[in-house]
Amino acid sequence: MSLTKADIANRLFDEVGLNKREAKEFVDAYFEEIRVALESGENVKLSGFGNFQLRDKNQRPGRNPKTGEEIPISARRVVTFRPGQKLRARVEAYVGPGD
Amino acid sequence: MTKSELIDRLAAQQNHLAHLDVELGVKSILEQMSSALAAGERIEIRGFGSFSLHYRAPRMGRNPKTGEAVALPGKHVPHFKPGKALRERVNYS
Repeated sequence: MSLTKADIANRLFDEVGLNKREAKEFVDAYFEEIRVALESGENVKLSGFGNFQLRDKNQRPGRNPKTGEEIPISARRVVTFRPGQKLRARVEAYVGPGD
Repeated sequence: MTKSELIDRLAAQQNHLAHLDVELGVKSILEQMSSALAAGERIEIRGFGSFSLHYRAPRMGRNPKTGEAVALPGKHVPHFKPGKALRERVNYS
């Protein structure tokens, strides 16, 4: 099972009282706003949840795993997520699937 | 961008919604995401990325002050994998 945009929108409908269309739009706008910030080079800090940080990676040597051919991996900017204290603590308490 | 800036930016754009509703909406989304992960559930947002848990095996740690060995139990940590659209947008701008 996994949480999706549709699940999130349904809860916004139930809890916040947005109508179905507003809830769907809101969820899209929410993730889009985070993407826009990251795209424009801003880190995103969501207190209680975690931080999305941008990291600039230098070019490094790589290799095509199929052919063994050496190809440089170009310099790039990537997003990393650092979970906050509160989220870490909540997740740490998860004991795993009970089997 | 902080949580309150995110709320302000969304409110400016979704101007049919009251500022308070935007605030409640953002808080609800974050709580839904946190509680899904706390229950061991994955989160999958197409074009943004997915969140899942990674397991860290139990290990012997050390109290850095006293040097004493301490057994650390296994635990789960949240992990985010950016989706294709996010990776591309962040990299090509």
